[in-house]
Amino acid sequence: MKGARFWGTRGSLPVALTSAGLGDKLRGVLRAARGQPIASDADIERLLGSLPFALAGTYGGHSSCVQIHSDGPDYLVCDMGSGLRPFGQAAMAQRAGQAQTFHIFMSHLHWDHIMGLPFFVPAFIPGNRVIIYGSHREIEFALRRQQEPPSFPVGFDTIFEGRVEFVHLEPGVPHEVAGLRVTTMLQRHTGDSYGYRFESQGKVLVYSTDSEHPLADPAHTERFVQFFRDADLVIFDAMYSLADAISVKADWGHSSNVVAVELCQLAGVRHLCMTHHEPVFDDAAIEAMLAETRRLEEITRGGAALRVSAAYDGLDIGL
Amino acid sequence: MQVTTQQFSDTTVVAPVGRIDHRSAAELEAALLPLVSQAAARRDALVLDLSGVDYISSVGLRVLMIAAKQMRAAQARLSVAALQSVVAEIFTISRFDKVLTVNATLEGALAQVSDAALAAYRAAGKP
Repeated sequence: MKGARFWGTRGSLPVALTSAGLGDKLRGVLRAARGQPIASDADIERLLGSLPFALAGTYGGHSSCVQIHSDGPDYLVCDMGSGLRPFGQAAMAQRAGQAQTFHIFMSHLHWDHIMGLPFFVPAFIPGNRVIIYGSHREIEFALRRQQEPPSFPVGFDTIFEGRVEFVHLEPGVPHEVAGLRVTTMLQRHTGDSYGYRFESQGKVLVYSTDSEHPLADPAHTERFVQFFRDADLVIFDAMYSLADAISVKADWGHSSNVVAVELCQLAGVRHLCMTHHEPVFDDAAIEAMLAETRRLEEITRGGAALRVSAAYDGLDIGL
Repeated sequence: MQVTTQQFSDTTVVAPVGRIDHRSAAELEAALLPLVSQAAARRDALVLDLSGVDYISSVGLRVLMIAAKQMRAAQARLSVAALQSVVAEIFTISRFDKVLTVNATLEGALAQVSDAALAAYRAAGKP
């Protein structure tokens, strides 16, 4: 297991950068370019590299989809949000006439985590295999239902012709999948969600999204600390501020940057990557939250430093 | 965790000391929430003097959220005073500075919640 690539990082609903938002970025870049050398492409690259990510880039808008880079030929993916479509296009570009196998791990079955499947082109190709894993019993039902009339024009069997398989994962029981040890754990979310712990050759990656943390339950906290224990990377739903998560948005099934840092510090995690960004947040808001979260980690650090990132569509993280 | 209380006229000042984390938050909850219920029932004011607190975790902030909700429901006044710099940053990052009224000093917090409490505080020769 080498790392992860984020194809979809937005929570609840995909979003797109608007013309107004792009205009604001362009104005900011042009202001920053005043008086700077921009005659050559190298000058331009240097200038862009010096700018804040929220100005020169964008966190992006696809809903949840994270690829795990394995050591083998198979593809491994967490969740099938709208980010599954660009992932599928990239996989197709690497195909070179060979049949491909995709192992897809489902956190849960809410719309933003399943909407990418009908647009996943590799599953249309004869010879390819798509194996969908999860701890919910209703996965196949949910995926077939989203392609029934009047919600979608083409039925599940018409598109996939039997290329999609389903494997149930018993929570807490390690399973071997494509050379990885995979364990799921129940999380608090409407309809339940499951976190994933992937282990391979001494590396540990945890995917824990759409998970609310009841702060008054020490047993719950301890369960997550053990699940995150010594992970190289924890991908964590940090959708809301703590104040919102325990007041106006209590029981909405999501968590905060504050709880993310605390759990990762308690568990001795090396790298925290926040994802499932609030759709109303613009790039500046996410960047500000990232800066605050890094500061929180710094002022509360008791042992080794915890690296903190905010996921964006296209981000690669090595283990 | 040590929690002291003082009464100034219609206002109770609660002052925890030390770290409020996942280990000690239950002690704060046990000490604070009965005082909150009492103040809410009488529509008295309550000031949390956090000058002796050098760290507060999400579990500790949850206790403050319960207190804030209870006092707000009773239309009783609650104020937080004298945050150390780390705790002040945690309030900002967690957005608790939007939930609770924060004052730089205990005297300022008393002035905000009750003239009578401020007068009693000054009469007691404090600070």
